[in-house]
Amino acid sequence: MKPVVLISDALFFLLIACSLIGLWYASRKEHLRRAWHSVLADRVAMGALAVLLLFLGIALLDSLHFRRALEPAAGSTNSEVHYAVELDSVLDVLLHDVKEHKEKTYSAPFAHTLFERQTVERPDGTRGREFPRLKYGAAHLKNPETDKTADLVQQALRGVAVAGAVWLALAAFISAGVARSQRKPFLAAVSATLRGCTPLAWDGLLWAAGLLLLVLVPLLLMADSYHVFGTDRTGNDVFFYALKAMRTALFIGTLTSLVTLPLGIAFGIAAGYFGGWVDDAIQYVYTVISSIPYVLLIAASVLLMQAFIETHGAWFDTPAARADARLVALCAIIGLISWTSLARLMRAETLKLREADFVTAAHAFGVKPLRIMSRHILPNAFHIVLITLVLDFSGLVLAEAVLAYVGIGVDPNTISYGIMINGARAELARDPMVWWQIAAAFIFMLSLVLAANLFADAVRDAFDPRGRTALRRRRRVVA
Amino acid sequence: MSLLKVSNLSVSIDSEQGEVRPLAKVSFEVRKGETFVLLGESGCGKSMTTLALMRLLPDGGRITQGSVQLDGEELLALTEAQMQGVRGGKLAMIFQEPGTSLNPVLTVGTQLGEVLRLHRGLSGTAATHEAVQLLDAVGINEPAQRLHDYPFQLSGGMKQRVMIAMALAGQPSLLIADEPTTALDVTIQAQVLKLLAELQRSRGMGMLLITHDLGVVKQVADRVGVMYAGELVEIADRAQFFSAPAHPYSRKLFAALPEGRRDAGRLATIPGSVPPLTTAFKGCRFTERCPARHARCTEVAPAWHAAPSGQQVRCHLYDPAVTAPVAAHSDDSPATTPEVRAPAESDTPLLEVRELRVHFPIRRGLLQRTAGYVKAVDGISFSLRAGRTLALVGESGCGKTTTGKALLNLTQASSGEILFGGQRLDPHRKEGWQAVRSDMQMVFQDPFGSLNPRMRVADIVEEGLLALGLESDKGKRRARAEAIMLQVGLRADMLDRYPHEFSGGQRQRIAIARALAVNPKLIVCDEPTSALDVSVQAQVLNLMRDLQQSLGLAYLFITHNIGVVEYLADDIAVMYQGKIVEYGAAQDVLRRPQHDYTRTLLAAVPRLQSLAAEQQ
Repeated sequence: MKPVVLISDALFFLLIACSLIGLWYASRKEHLRRAWHSVLADRVAMGALAVLLLFLGIALLDSLHFRRALEPAAGSTNSEVHYAVELDSVLDVLLHDVKEHKEKTYSAPFAHTLFERQTVERPDGTRGREFPRLKYGAAHLKNPETDKTADLVQQALRGVAVAGAVWLALAAFISAGVARSQRKPFLAAVSATLRGCTPLAWDGLLWAAGLLLLVLVPLLLMADSYHVFGTDRTGNDVFFYALKAMRTALFIGTLTSLVTLPLGIAFGIAAGYFGGWVDDAIQYVYTVISSIPYVLLIAASVLLMQAFIETHGAWFDTPAARADARLVALCAIIGLISWTSLARLMRAETLKLREADFVTAAHAFGVKPLRIMSRHILPNAFHIVLITLVLDFSGLVLAEAVLAYVGIGVDPNTISYGIMINGARAELARDPMVWWQIAAAFIFMLSLVLAANLFADAVRDAFDPRGRTALRRRRRVVA
Repeated sequence: MSLLKVSNLSVSIDSEQGEVRPLAKVSFEVRKGETFVLLGESGCGKSMTTLALMRLLPDGGRITQGSVQLDGEELLALTEAQMQGVRGGKLAMIFQEPGTSLNPVLTVGTQLGEVLRLHRGLSGTAATHEAVQLLDAVGINEPAQRLHDYPFQLSGGMKQRVMIAMALAGQPSLLIADEPTTALDVTIQAQVLKLLAELQRSRGMGMLLITHDLGVVKQVADRVGVMYAGELVEIADRAQFFSAPAHPYSRKLFAALPEGRRDAGRLATIPGSVPPLTTAFKGCRFTERCPARHARCTEVAPAWHAAPSGQQVRCHLYDPAVTAPVAAHSDDSPATTPEVRAPAESDTPLLEVRELRVHFPIRRGLLQRTAGYVKAVDGISFSLRAGRTLALVGESGCGKTTTGKALLNLTQASSGEILFGGQRLDPHRKEGWQAVRSDMQMVFQDPFGSLNPRMRVADIVEEGLLALGLESDKGKRRARAEAIMLQVGLRADMLDRYPHEFSGGQRQRIAIARALAVNPKLIVCDEPTSALDVSVQAQVLNLMRDLQQSLGLAYLFITHNIGVVEYLADDIAVMYQGKIVEYGAAQDVLRRPQHDYTRTLLAAVPRLQSLAAEQQ
């Protein structure tokens, strides 16, 4: 086994490290701590956070890549170990069965036969067209027509029981934490937590986690013996694909900001602070960029980049690495195009802050422009960066789907919601319709984007000085 | 006969800090044709009183008890729909900021017409006719033409007149004016106050006026209610109040005024600050800051008593049941040891300004050709010696702040010459200023906007030392910051806190500390006390005077407040439309103004005593 760190993995870990450093910094600055505290005191935000953390966990597991060592070829005396060309991730290992359970072609969710009739050879030697049994789906049942419902109910109940147990453990853990921090007896802490009478909205987190467990645990249990979201044209399990696509979605949503943030902040503040020709130049650049239809611009860049990657094929030792390079390049391209909105907002805020008395006072001390921008302007405009970051995230996730649908998104070998939706174009035109692939993509994307939007709303309310109303602040006055 | 009767009105607001009680059992009445003034410093609950009367409390606020009767009708019992008929109708209100109270996208006529339609049912020509009459009544020239104007076409004073006209449109029986002149220049303020008084007399309205300015009270009040920390502490007729204020707080307010105290040394201040309104008060709310407190004050909340001069006071000193009321007047007159002002003033001026001009180009057209200039500062000259204070006086827009900024090269001048300590500086160039940055510093008007909210006080105070490279050693820098904090009357441990934890007065001390850190010889003070309450203003003025005496600082004091000028200035320069129209020693300019504008300005200031009376 040889661990492999793709470029995207490295960037992803870097981003997570940055966020952790950011959190540590925020915990030391009182105004940031207070604002984050009010985000976490919001029940909806905590629920959304639970969903986001789960998805982030999935994406993280899927980012730990390695190449499996191959069995030495028979008779080979060479002690050199060869590695598989294919990349595996920890998620692949965890869901090994689901990944390997490949059928021949389409099958509906929870089906025990293929979706289409196939010509098969019967045991008696005759040939006929019928729905053949699936190799893995419901393969453990002798008489699927009669036993399947009972088996499903039994598995679902087992799943619910497991989910309940996990949830109780989680609730007990959180309550114990609350009991410790508030110095309450354990039972009082349990009731306070569930009723939402804690400074942070643990109840929101718990209920969201409960709902997630209730849905996901039975699905995961059943995924071993059924295809819970069916299979696609080449017989791959759609549920597995939907989980794998989470990494791509999160990736595009977050990594793009690594590119937009420095550009947007630097150009925005410089334009607002210096004014004059600097302002003119930067404004011209971003006005031009935002006037070109972004699909056109991205299509052109992606085609160029594709050609580049193909001529330098030797740089990448596996196809996965090549697909990954394309993903990273796509993020960079989207980032290079979408920094303009942040720059605009930063410029406007800087124009306002530039006239603030404390900036004038700094001028009176002869403080250098770079220091004024970094010490006086950026910290006072940082709420805009944060709000833009969380609000843009969902837009970027959706943009990926659109771009893949148009055919200029990620590499066709990358698993992403956009690719799934693109594939569903033909499937929906069939009769009878194959609906489960797009349904899976829809459900997972909706949960991700909805959670991200709800969380973004809470962040904006907490950080935007204008958006704060007494009503919202009043929401959680601990009695 | 009482028009408005407020009894036991209490308000509470839910907030993160717990329940705030901005009003506690406030009772007063306004009679027909009378002006009742609520006087108090910021945060005392005077604005909350008006909001409670109008039933316009902020989110989370509620009236917990009490009653409000207008013409015998209980307002708190009305439905919201009925209340909307009362607001703008019988009960009208004028706000502090005329700029934001008018809708900028509608004409004056439309906005007036709306009120007339809502409360009088007028429309068409009848409404127009009435609107013209109203504008005429508030003293607007050519009222028929002004109806088609948008608010941005009107000056601040005109906007406030339009606001008054709108308030009058519903033919109110009670007019509530919340600091109606605070945002206006003194000459405009005088006109507006006069107008309000006339309108009230001719229409027989009752008026409830909110102010923090004793001068305004003197000018318009029939009766005064003094508020402190959510309570009324004194109710008096104007004559009683001004001849003998009874409550210790009222007396302190008078003593803290800088007016006419040129040679009186330090101003009296009120130690401490207003207690937070989340406190559950047991005794008198003023106890902690009261010079005449005794054991009973902390235990029992005082009831209303009659003072010898006739007014109602909420203070134990006047309790007839307590033997020998010690109405101690002794402590509130300021220490009258006239300080000997340091005579060691050199003859060579520290700062000499010659023909300073700041012109802002007006650019027009496609090629941004310069079509003309706004002459913000138009050729002014003055000089300032070390250890002296020059006050630059004028109304808003006269160029005084621009002058201050041009002196420090924060705004670039167009031409002129500045000599600082014998060194020639070009105010129209950026070069050559770094060397004098530590010698000239500035203190700003708004203590909330002049400190970076994201920096610790230590970083704020040390910023200049670091930027100018005066002290590269970290430990020494910190030691210097600690020393300066003590010098401005703060504690060294406050360095590790953030600005939002401080009150306005403390913040202004921090701003002064920041300027002092680099050892300046000259400080440009741009209205440093105008955002502060009277008692806090006194503390800051005392501090500035002490610093001047101990460090030999020169101040260029930019202000519109004549009272402060009288207290602090050695020389006065009066600015009008970018030019200095009168320049001379403080006493001469104040007592014997030569220029017409100076006379108008001085006459407009609402004062407790006239300057002429002082001379005798």
